[in-house]
Amino acid sequence: MTVYVLVALLAAGIKAGAPLLLGTLGEILTEKSGSLNMGVEGVMGISAVAALAVGFHTGSIALTLLAAVLAGMLCCLVYSFMTVTLKANQLITGLSISILGGGVCNMMGAFINNSAKAAKTTARLNSSVMRLFSGLDQGLAIKSEESIPFACYVDKLLSGINFFVIISVILAIGMWFFFNKTRPGLHLRAVGENPRAADAMGISITAYRYLASVIGGAMMGLAGLFVCMNVGGKWEYNLIGGQGWLAVALVIFARWNPLKAIGGSLIFGILLRLFLHVKLSFLPDNCEALLMMLPYVITLITLILSGRKKNAGAGAPAGSGSNFFREDR
Amino acid sequence: MKTVHASEYAVQMKHCCKSFGRVVANDNVDLRLKWGEIHALLGENGSGKTTLVNMLSGIYQPDDGEIWVDGNQAVIDSPKTAYQLGIGMIHQHFMLVDVLSATENIILGQKGGVLLNRRKVSAEICAMIDQYGFHIDPNRKISEMSVSEKQTVEIIKALYRGAEILILDEPTAVLTPQETDRLFDVLRRMKDEGKCVVLISHKINELFAVADKVTILRKGKFIEELDMKAVTPDQLTSDMVGYPAKLSLNCPQSGEVKPYLSVRNLTVRGISGAESVKNLSFDANAGEILGIAGIAGSGQKELCDALAGITVPENGVIAAGGKEIQGMNPLSVYRAGIHIAYVPEDRLGMGLIPSMGMAENVMLRSFERTGSFFLDKKTAVQDSARMVKELDIATPDLLTPVSRLSGGNVQKVLLEREIQDHPQLLIAAYPVRGLDIGASYKIYDMMTAEKLRGACVLFIGEDLDALLGICDRILVLCGGEAAGYVKPAETTKNEIGYMMMNGSIGKEEMAV
Repeated sequence: MTVYVLVALLAAGIKAGAPLLLGTLGEILTEKSGSLNMGVEGVMGISAVAALAVGFHTGSIALTLLAAVLAGMLCCLVYSFMTVTLKANQLITGLSISILGGGVCNMMGAFINNSAKAAKTTARLNSSVMRLFSGLDQGLAIKSEESIPFACYVDKLLSGINFFVIISVILAIGMWFFFNKTRPGLHLRAVGENPRAADAMGISITAYRYLASVIGGAMMGLAGLFVCMNVGGKWEYNLIGGQGWLAVALVIFARWNPLKAIGGSLIFGILLRLFLHVKLSFLPDNCEALLMMLPYVITLITLILSGRKKNAGAGAPAGSGSNFFREDR
Repeated sequence: MKTVHASEYAVQMKHCCKSFGRVVANDNVDLRLKWGEIHALLGENGSGKTTLVNMLSGIYQPDDGEIWVDGNQAVIDSPKTAYQLGIGMIHQHFMLVDVLSATENIILGQKGGVLLNRRKVSAEICAMIDQYGFHIDPNRKISEMSVSEKQTVEIIKALYRGAEILILDEPTAVLTPQETDRLFDVLRRMKDEGKCVVLISHKINELFAVADKVTILRKGKFIEELDMKAVTPDQLTSDMVGYPAKLSLNCPQSGEVKPYLSVRNLTVRGISGAESVKNLSFDANAGEILGIAGIAGSGQKELCDALAGITVPENGVIAAGGKEIQGMNPLSVYRAGIHIAYVPEDRLGMGLIPSMGMAENVMLRSFERTGSFFLDKKTAVQDSARMVKELDIATPDLLTPVSRLSGGNVQKVLLEREIQDHPQLLIAAYPVRGLDIGASYKIYDMMTAEKLRGACVLFIGEDLDALLGICDRILVLCGGEAAGYVKPAETTKNEIGYMMMNGSIGKEEMAV
């Protein structure tokens, strides 16, 4: 039975890790181009509420996905316009997007919920859209707890794997290949590491930074939609709840490497779901909040530990966080 | 194989002007470059040499004037356009991405398939390396390379992109004499192939070794174009500074020379965690200037920081005036009665507070002396006013942020602040870097005056001519270790160069 619980935890972790992975990948792509977008949390929130609104009204899978992706891209387009074109401070712009996005999505979410209530319905994504979220399992039931057939273990594990998990892993591997094996990937890394050198080689800093941010925004948008589905396809107050920030931390944890981000997201996904699957007998009741804190506490600890290492900055794009002026002297 | 060109001239810049705000960097400058010539661009710092070539390489746009490339008028609006016109630029600060390999840097920005074929490109680059006689492994990362190797990568990068006009901005500033010779061989080979090479420099002596023509700029204005065969170094110097200049360095004997600083088995770790200074022992005397020579990154910065009490050494003893000071912070060293003056390499980053005025920066040193809770601004203002007068510092007023002063004036403020306390030990790291000739000689005079007063002076330098000119002895560093001492009267630049690259063995090899 313990093994079955662990498999269930793993499946839940995989599922919970997918939005983190999508957010992290979006942020890795953005940062590799030299933009430090701290707005992930806000971008995810706005995308979630946009996808919910479109999904609720149309019931179409394609339009829901499109809404999530476009909302994410639009937010990041604003970010790029502010930082690349208007040369605003990257950190402040990103933080503003997080704070603004947090407010806007709560307001919009409440508006959608209230107007649905007035029409005597509830605002949620219908079951055909929610198919994106369902796992690959057959829903095999366990007949007796003493002897669980092997098929049930596999089935349980498959329940954690859905559309988003598959997409995010494919994106991670694809991104790694893009960075290391392709010419545009090399150019993108050069832009993020040393924009001055890239510019002197005739690479357009503006184009690469815009594209990386906006495509990264599409991934953050998918992450937001996923989080919304994770609570049953409806809006809850403070829906994202810091998962965007976890993604930002995971970028450092994964050292800007998309493949390492897969493992990192899985670990944090498991930590996020731990409170549902593990009951610690020595803790008094209603102390699951302590377990819910775990991913954030562990983020702090790992960031402190990784900062102490000698090669702390390894992998960090050197030009990330600063804007580029060609005629700067 | 010579390329056929449309015009005799590779580049003609006519009446080019460029201003930055109110600062006029180039005022009506002409430049004519022929194919198959090495053309030197001579001028002091701030004379507009770099601005002029940056207009050729597409970094800046001229406000006014025309640029003709190989007989056709051209608008060079970006570095990309410059490359398409066959203009390649080797910047003083290398434009390389540290985390990438040489090959990856060379192909940056090149068109081609989406997938990278590193093996094919490496083979092409190796062929080019053989053709010009470079010494380099194209698969190593830039961060693992020496300064000279990085420069080689820059040159290959330009050639790989088909550059016919190659501009090098102060290429020899960071090279040893041997590396300079090797670079000049490569440049001559390019000239023989019919390429046009532009060499920006203020080292007059080396121009005679390699250049055919020279264009002199002064304060943003075109002065003249001369044939190198028909001029003398004195004439070039005078034309460059604008007044008859006979500049020579001297090293007067101090009355009393006695041991002051003793360093034993010093080991210091750098920021990366690697041992930058390894088991280094040396002595320096009061009443002498000890020069410290070495390739950039041979542990100079770490050594200075450890001596000044800014970093704690891993191991070893630093004794100044008989007291051990290793591991003490600068304030405790000062309170122990040992006055160390430190002019760090990064003047505005570490030496001064850029956004503060001169008087406030002067106070950073003197506030400890007064011992009062309240600031004594009056004395600082008086001191600053005296400095402005004595050292001829150009500043609108004492409250103007020092970041707005020119490099030479910044250095005068910093050095004078450090020595007004009559230190026993003066550490000056690259004090004349980026300064024009007049300011450099002022700094040399100030250091020599400190030595004659009886201070122990450490002069960390990169210009071997200057080191040989004003130092009593020179300690040569190689990879954080001492390669040995040399005396200016008994050595040559070549010997120091060998020691910088090969350590103590270099000295013995030279002796054989």
